[in-house]
Order: sequence, then structure tokens, then C-alpha cells
Amino acid sequence: MESKKINLDMKKYGMVLAMIAIFLLFNILSDGKNATPMNINNLVMQNSYVVILATGMLLCVLTGNVDLGVGSIVALTGAICAIMVVDYGVPVPIAFLIVIVVGLICGMFAGFFIAYLEIPPFIVTLATMLMGRGLTYVALKAQTKGPLPAAYTMIGAGYLPTINIGTAEAPLDLLSIIVALVISVILILSELRSIRTKKKYGFEINPVWQTASKLVVILAILWFFMLKLASYRGMPIVLLLMAALIAIYQFITSQTIAGRNIYALGGNAKAAKLSGVNTKKVFFWVYTNMGLLSAIAGIVLSARNASATPKAGDGFEMDAIASCYIGGAATTGGVGTIIGAVVGALIMGILNNGMSLIGLSTDMQRVVKGCVLLGAVTVDLLSKRKK
Amino acid sequence: MSDIILKMNHITKEFSGVKALDDMNFQVKRGEIHALCGENGAGKSTLMNILSGVYPYGSYSGDVVYNGQKCQFHNIKDSESKGIVIIHQELALSPYLSIAENIFLGNEVASSAGVINWTKTAQKAKEMLAMVGLEKENINAPVNSLGVGKQQLIEIVKALGKKVDLLILDEPTAALNDEESRQLLDIMLQLKERGITCIIISHKLNELSYVADSITIIRDGKTIETLDKEDKFTEDRIIKGMVGREITNRYPPRESNVGDLVFEVKNWNVYHPNDEHRQVIKDISLQVRAGEVVGLAGLMGAGRTELAMSLFGKSYGQKISGQVFIKGTEVNMRSPREAIENKVAYVSEDRKTAGLIAIDDIKNNMTLAALRDFFSKKGVINKNEEILTAKKYMKLINIKANSIEQKVGSLSGGNQQKVVLAKWMITEPDILILDEPTRGIDVGAKYEIYSIINDLAKAGKAVIIISSEMPEIIGMCDRVYVINEGQIAGELGKEDLSQENIMKNIVAHNGKENK
Repeated sequence: MESKKINLDMKKYGMVLAMIAIFLLFNILSDGKNATPMNINNLVMQNSYVVILATGMLLCVLTGNVDLGVGSIVALTGAICAIMVVDYGVPVPIAFLIVIVVGLICGMFAGFFIAYLEIPPFIVTLATMLMGRGLTYVALKAQTKGPLPAAYTMIGAGYLPTINIGTAEAPLDLLSIIVALVISVILILSELRSIRTKKKYGFEINPVWQTASKLVVILAILWFFMLKLASYRGMPIVLLLMAALIAIYQFITSQTIAGRNIYALGGNAKAAKLSGVNTKKVFFWVYTNMGLLSAIAGIVLSARNASATPKAGDGFEMDAIASCYIGGAATTGGVGTIIGAVVGALIMGILNNGMSLIGLSTDMQRVVKGCVLLGAVTVDLLSKRKK
Repeated sequence: MSDIILKMNHITKEFSGVKALDDMNFQVKRGEIHALCGENGAGKSTLMNILSGVYPYGSYSGDVVYNGQKCQFHNIKDSESKGIVIIHQELALSPYLSIAENIFLGNEVASSAGVINWTKTAQKAKEMLAMVGLEKENINAPVNSLGVGKQQLIEIVKALGKKVDLLILDEPTAALNDEESRQLLDIMLQLKERGITCIIISHKLNELSYVADSITIIRDGKTIETLDKEDKFTEDRIIKGMVGREITNRYPPRESNVGDLVFEVKNWNVYHPNDEHRQVIKDISLQVRAGEVVGLAGLMGAGRTELAMSLFGKSYGQKISGQVFIKGTEVNMRSPREAIENKVAYVSEDRKTAGLIAIDDIKNNMTLAALRDFFSKKGVINKNEEILTAKKYMKLINIKANSIEQKVGSLSGGNQQKVVLAKWMITEPDILILDEPTRGIDVGAKYEIYSIINDLAKAGKAVIIISSEMPEIIGMCDRVYVINEGQIAGELGKEDLSQENIMKNIVAHNGKENK
């Protein structure tokens, strides 16, 4: 009995260990180039939109479906935002707001067909993918729109103010360190609190070494990241955005009725319906939410590129979907976690980045990514089948 | 050839350390119908899966001796080539293919190049359908246009197409009504006359005594005893063998203490969801009091499930009209959510497809329907309360599982049903509608479920039971409405309750309808 429990926990964190292993592998292959402060910074910035999209995509995957229209909505919202700011001089914050509403409307459009007309999500989002991409080309007249003002690019390429406590050659940002400290304290306190409540209710408590080693791994990753960032240019604004979104969606999926309803719907729609879950409403909001996150990713992407291009976001939906599956989500729905999807996205990001550093062509990178996706899901399913 | 067609000697099969079969011996005579009885999890299906090669040679210990030869089956093809065909509990038909195509699925009448000869296929299909009395069916119709009973017969026809000597039927009548079951059993008797040996797995003891020549009872992976027809199969003896104890009373006694009128339905009408001209429920009115257990009896397809689901937040049908009163106030429940808010619970007849989320754990399944009302504040779940409640109910109704985190898909049927019951008990309903609450679960678990139902009634709940097993209705209910063709054909009080009276009501009602 005891050994079974440990295995189960190992499986839960297996993806994190895989991520660390892949990082270490590329660290050796690239002579440590992938662990330089600048590269860690790039890793965060380059993968922010996939991480943002993966959190939303996970909800779709939990219902047992996917959203294929994501990449196109990213491009469309980015294009509209850039046009408003460049051509019409709309103030940046207002442009952002408008585009977020546009994203919501795109999501509601898909959600309406999926939830209330019961058209299969694959078809509906295939349609929004084509429509979104087409509209982007029309809006941009197939041209690149840019450059974008600094107030705009901040969100994708900017940094929080820094307090340098290092030297000019080897900077060290105090703010990043303070943030890391605060997060560490919060993590440790919340772990202690959960043990206290478990004691209060008389529930089983995991062995101390398990909790401790889990915390050590998480804190080690946190500090590794933050120290690297601190010795480059401080904290990217997009990291803050990403962290906030991850926290919000982790909370929604694990602690709220809305989240539980999504899992229930994905696990067995009929049973969920007869248990009082409004399945139509769940579908509608899951896809509306995907539209919202696509718009946020669209803003971030155009900000980072300082321009909107009609080809932007091409294939992002596939990266987001792959992230969810690599992160342990089930193709049939009902199984998966936000953290898993984020780790999945990071694994893909570390792979991409590492392969670029050792000089593999982008074409070969795709082959490797395909293999990793296939391998991860195969291992996952085979291990389940053994039980 | 000897008259023993099959001998399985000293079969032991383990699943990750747990012995599913423990030195089991099993023998079948040529040309007989041999029944295999045992509680869920006793090892019946495991044994049959070894015989048919689903669990390949080498994954178990012991010998399979078929027609005097030791056999080593590595897959189903191996066993089928020897004439052993298994028909599983779940239908293995391709729903949109035609009847003829299904009959010859995997066994097509084709040239050596793989081109199908449709003329011959049609001709042979017709001949074979005649053997089970289905010669009137259109062989080109999609197989899902047939009812479940006839689809089950198609499965048998399909097996016959494979030159079968030993036919294994795993709970063939689980989804059939009495009439369809009888038809299927009669066909088994015909097959016997043609020299085909049958092994039937079933929970329905009355069917076994009708059809079987011998019965092997197994329990916990061991053979308990084999009874021959001459030994006389008494239900008590079989039940005793299966559960290892004498069940003196299959229905726990209950003192009924009927209170005020809680649930009243007036002039309820429902139309078929896909056909607005087809009326499924016609002008039904009924009443249930607190502490009362009311049965809805009737044949399969009489409209009982449709009635229950349409009452439960209009989960079935269209153009629904009529009135529902709960404790004297008229209510309009437009969705399951509103039904739950009005303290109505519906335990569906099919726990796998409509009751449980198999990949989720016991705790989440139990609390799903009550999350909003009992376990949350402003949409945020109180997980600690959830765990406490799940643990409480697991103990209260004796769910056998490792922990509340176990996935319900890995539980036995009886325990799954208890999880569904717990889910609805947690919503603290006043009115419980239980649709086939003991379908497909073993005798011991049935008794426990009956006890739970009695406790619910004792606690003052109004309980409605829908069941196709008449003894269950008679054993459990204070009062029964007989439903036929979407109408109430009659109402029987406790003193008039008998199988004959229920059937009389149905027959009399059919007579009236046909005039």
C-alpha cells in the first residue's frame, strides 16, 4: 500500500522532473548556454503566449475538445489593436480594452454554435480558424502593421523597474529577489496551513519528506529563474501577467464549482447534466474564455514583435493543444491540470530553445516536437493501461 | 469423443498480486446448457476470458482441455477457430452497418481477393435469421433500428455464422424485458437441440432454472459446487452458494409509516423528443406520501423512465404539460438544477452512462449534485467539508473501496450504485426517484441497497422505485402504479400486490387500448 502511494505522487511530478531533465540535457549539449541569464529571459518571453493559450486550451481539452481557431484569433486581435493604435491614434489602454472585448465576442461566437446549436467544436473552431485568418489578411491588407509605440510594446517586451544591487557588468535586481522571497514565504505558509487544516479535520497527512521534497523542488525552480532574471534586466512584465493568469486558472479549476463542472462535463456529459450541471453554459463560457485569452496573447505577441503581421500566431493552437497533452490531459476529456499544461508548454519551450542553441534547424525542431508529443502521450496511456 | 467438451483444471489467475481465480475447476458436458453463477467479482468473466483467449495462454496457470486436447489460446481468433465463441455483455455490433453486414462482420462472404459477394451474403443472412425467428426483418436496415432484444439475437446469429460448437453468453438478458428474455432463452434451447453447447452467465436465477442443465456456482475465484438438473436448483441453495450465507429474506422488513402527501403529479403529458406527434406519457396523475415507497411497474418501454426523467427537470421529451405539487405548492422544474433545488432526486437506470463519472473519484462523484448548496461559498468549494461528507457516507452505506480518492470506474457494480445513491442522499431530497436501483448487481449488494431504501423511507422521504423485476417491486413497495403504454393501467395496494395482479392490469389495459 505504502509503495503505491509514493508511485502515485511521483507520477504527478514526473512531468516536472522530465522538464528538469530536458533542461539539464540541453545544458550539457549547449555548453551551459541555455542557462545564461539572457537565455532564461528569452525563454520566458518567447513562450509567454503559448503558456497563456495553454491555460485556456486546457479548459477546452477538459471538455474533451479543442479550439483550432486560437492562432487566427491571436492574429486578428493583434492586427485590430495595431491598426487602432497606428492608424487611428486610439490610446493604448483603450485599444487593449476594445481588443479584449473583440476576443470575447469571437469566443462567444464559437461558444454559441458549440453550446446552443450543438455543432461539434472541431467544425466550429475550424471555421473560426479560417474566418479569423482571412479577416486578418483583409484588415491588414496582407501587410505588416507597425512600428508600435513604446507604451504598447511594454506589455510584451518591457520590464518592471529594477533596483540594481550588483555592479554595472554583473547586475542584480533587488525587486526580483524580493518577489522571489515573498512567493517563497507564501508557498511555505500555505503548505503549513494545509497541514494544519488537515490535522484539524483529522485527515491523512502526506509523509513529511514528500511535502518537503516537493517544496524544495518548487522553490529551487523559482529561485533559479528569479536569480537568472535578476542578473539580466529584472522581471519581464509579461511574466507577471503569465503568473497572474496561471494562478487565477489554477484556482478556478481546482477550487470552484465552475472548475468542477468542467471536469464533470468532460468526464461524463450526461451524468453531469442529470446532476444539475448546466452543460450548455459550461461549453459557452469555456469557449468564450478561450477567446479572451487569445486576445491577451494577441496583444502580447504584437507587443513583443512591435508589429502585427497577417501570419502571426500561425500554429499556436497546435502548440497549446500539444502542451495540454504533454502535461497529462486526456484526449477524452475530464483529466488534466493547469499546472500540467503550463509545464507542458515549458517543456516545448525548453526543447525549442535548446535545439536552436545547438543549431538544429526549425524543420528538425518540428520533428523532435512531434516525437516528444507522441512519446509523452504514449507513455502516459501505456502506464494507465497497465493498471 | 468423450461427452465432456470442456475441462478447465486448476486455473489460477492473478492481477497484480490479487488472485481473481484460485485453483478453479470447471467442467462442461457436450450438448448441455451450463450456467455459471456468482456474485460480481467472483471471477466469472475472468474465467470466460481465459477460455476465449482474451487473457492469453501463459498469463494464467492451469490447463484448458477442449475436446480432449490441451489448448493454448493466444487470442480470440485462436479460440474461435476451435469453435468457441463468446458474446459479451456489451453488444459488439456496429450500429450503422446493416443487419446482414453485422452478421458477417469479420467473417465476410467474400472472394479470395476480399471482394464481398452481396447476393450470397443476403441469401445466407436470411437463412440464418430464420433460425432465431427474425426472418421478417429487413437485412439491409441498420442494426440500430432494432430493439436491444433483437440486437442481442443478431449477436447470436453472428456467432452461429462462425461454426460454433461452444457458445458463451455473458449476461445476455441483462438489458432485456421478460418477453425478450424468454425468447432468447427459447432460442438457446433450440441451439441445444442442434448440438451446440452453451455456457450462460446470469444473475437471474429464475431464468437459469428454466434453461440450464447444470449450474456451477463460484465465489471468490473458487468453485463452490456444480448442481445437476436432477439435484433440483432451488433459489435458496444457489443464493447460499453465491454469497456463502443463507439469505432468509431477500427484502429487509420495514414498518411503513406513511405521512403527509409530499409529491403529486396531475395530468402529466409528454411527447417524444424527436417526434412531436408521438405521445409517450398520456395524462398520468400520481401521488406519493412521506415515508411511502411507491413502485412503478410495467414492461420495458412502458414509459416509466420517460415519466421519471420528464418529471426531473424536464430531462426528457418535449411539449410537456401538467402540474407538479410538492408539499401542496405547485412547482415548475425546468432543469435538473431546479429539480435539485426543489429537493427532488433521480437515480438513473444506467449508472455507467448517466449516473457516474467513471474517471473521477468517489468523493467528486458523491458531491457533484450538492456542490452549490452544501459545499461552497460564492462558487468556491470547501474541499474539507467535501472529504468529511464523502467519508461519512462511505461508512454509512458501506461502500467497499480503498479510499474516497479511488476512481469509481474501478469499483464493482454494487459499490458504484451505492456511490450514485450517496450522491443523491447528500442533496438531502424529500422525493427520491430510483430507476432500476439494483440492475446488474449481485444479491448481497441488492440487500444492502434495499436496506438503504428502507432507511430513506423511515426518515420520511417519499420514494418512487422503477423496476423491471417484479419480485423487487412486490417486496419493497407499499403501493404500486402499473404503467402501460404511457398510461396508468392500474393501482395496487400492498395487500393486492402480486405478479399475477400486475400482469392482469397490463393485459387488461392492452385489451382496452386495442379496441
